Amino acid sequence: MTDRSSSRRWPRLPFSPWHLLLAPLALLFAVPLIWLGLSSVMSDAEINRFPPALWPSGIHLGGYRFVLGNAMFPRWFANSLIVSAVAVVSNLLLGTLGGYAFARMRFGGSRVLLVLMLATMAIPFQLTMIPTFLVMRKLGLVDTLGALIVPSLVTPFAVFLLRQFFLSLPRELEEAAWIDGCSRLRVLFQIVVPLSRPALSTVAVLTFLTTWNDLSWPLIALNHDANYTLQLGLTTFRGQHHTQWSAVMAGNVITVLPVLLAFLAAQKTFVRSITSTGLKG
Amino acid sequence: MSRLPTPITRPAPRTPARPARRRGRQEAATAWAFVLPSVLVILGLSVIPVLWSLLLSFQYSDLLTPSVWVGWDNYRQLADDPQFGQAVRNTLEYTALYVPLSIGLGLVLALVLNRRIRFAGLYRTLLFVPFVVSAAAQGVLFSFILDPEFGAANSLLHRLGVSPQGFLSDPGQALLVLVGISLWSGTGFCVVIYLAALQDVPRELTEAATLDGAERRHVLRHVTLPTIAPVSVFLLLWQTISALQVFDLVYVTTKGGPLGSTTVIVYFVWEQAFRNFTAGYGAAAAYVLGVALLVAAAALRLVRRRGDHRIEGATS
Repeated sequence: MTDRSSSRRWPRLPFSPWHLLLAPLALLFAVPLIWLGLSSVMSDAEINRFPPALWPSGIHLGGYRFVLGNAMFPRWFANSLIVSAVAVVSNLLLGTLGGYAFARMRFGGSRVLLVLMLATMAIPFQLTMIPTFLVMRKLGLVDTLGALIVPSLVTPFAVFLLRQFFLSLPRELEEAAWIDGCSRLRVLFQIVVPLSRPALSTVAVLTFLTTWNDLSWPLIALNHDANYTLQLGLTTFRGQHHTQWSAVMAGNVITVLPVLLAFLAAQKTFVRSITSTGLKG
Repeated sequence: MSRLPTPITRPAPRTPARPARRRGRQEAATAWAFVLPSVLVILGLSVIPVLWSLLLSFQYSDLLTPSVWVGWDNYRQLADDPQFGQAVRNTLEYTALYVPLSIGLGLVLALVLNRRIRFAGLYRTLLFVPFVVSAAAQGVLFSFILDPEFGAANSLLHRLGVSPQGFLSDPGQALLVLVGISLWSGTGFCVVIYLAALQDVPRELTEAATLDGAERRHVLRHVTLPTIAPVSVFLLLWQTISALQVFDLVYVTTKGGPLGSTTVIVYFVWEQAFRNFTAGYGAAAAYVLGVALLVAAAALRLVRRRGDHRIEGATS
């Protein structure tokens, strides 16, 4: 009756017994998202009756038409896209510059600065959210996209991840170049950056995920719905149109789709970046 | 004496960064130019707010009119505030359920998926996908599924002969339902982290143990689990910190209700500062949580000291 002997007998089944545990569980994880997709193409009659239809009778695009024809929704999408795109580009750029300086250059106070920046990762968001709002108000950025962009320009995470990666590169490659008289900037962008694809894509992927998905900071920093991001818009959407669930679900699909597609397209990088950093942002 | 010219093409091998003092100074200037934007944004938006928050917590402030210094009043008031007490209890209850369940389930699933099993990649993907769905989208989706009157969940229960449930609108269930939704989205994260850790368990070790006659559960208990212990501690820390800070999901689904049954600490802070305009009071509540988090993190760091390769080993 040991573990091994019993597992010897199991292969009589055409599949491993573990599938009996895994398959239902995986289905349980998949069903809400499948239901999201299905309900977004149901007609309102199908969606509103009880019990609701389990399968759409056809592909009804009323929900999508309503959402995309809505005055605000495309705007929210554009806002989210702008904020995320700026965050990705600027995290790559500033993270590379900062990370390289910490990895390879000597300057007074660099150790202290590095430790200080590392320590900021431990500061919980809610401790800084009220004064950050006040800082943004001092800068005149409240209720503009600037209030979302400025705090996400660069994260300590990007600086550290890139620093660690640069440290792992062989020094000799750069030394040859800058002894020949190349400037640090040229060495960085012509030699180091092309070698740093894995680290850079990790930063890009995780920055996109966190900025696109953020809700709490836009909630605090924005007032008028014209400036909302998709996540924030979605939360108000439900109250306004709560009879029209198909529209809400269509909006939800459009909100989820970019990260979902990014994940499926770059699954390997994505999972590797999550595991190598253990960070969500 | 020294007839040999000093080699100019090969500077001292170990200290290439300072061939001359002037060059060193120039180098430092370049380095500062490189790090300055990051320093300004990161330190500017963390150190200043942390100190400002501390000051704020000793003031009466509505974010508009000039604030008044009130000393420890905010903290004293917090101690007697039943709503804050409830927020603390709710947060602790949520954390106590979510953290062990997500880590335990994650470990079991990772151990299973780490065997040579068909479709392991597909399973991993299905379990992980909810993790990339934002809390806002999760909240909207589950409000729809769990709608007490029209939702698919009750319709399913109806078919199974179970009476309809209130889910998020039932004070006795709402917090548990939130834990469930968080498990749906957060377990995949633990699975993926554990799977990566299991790759690093040396095969020779498990094979040697098996050859010595150890049964599978003994190998698990004495080889596998100890090897991945640092990852378990990391997940414990990470999941605890994120659980204590849960906000988005609560905001989208229940707004702290029904009857305050899902008011968590961050929701309380947000409500005080941006709804009731008692920012000083909110800042004090945030500081209580912040200090609790720091103590928890410090305690875990002490435990972790044994295998300390945190900073240098982050990309390995």
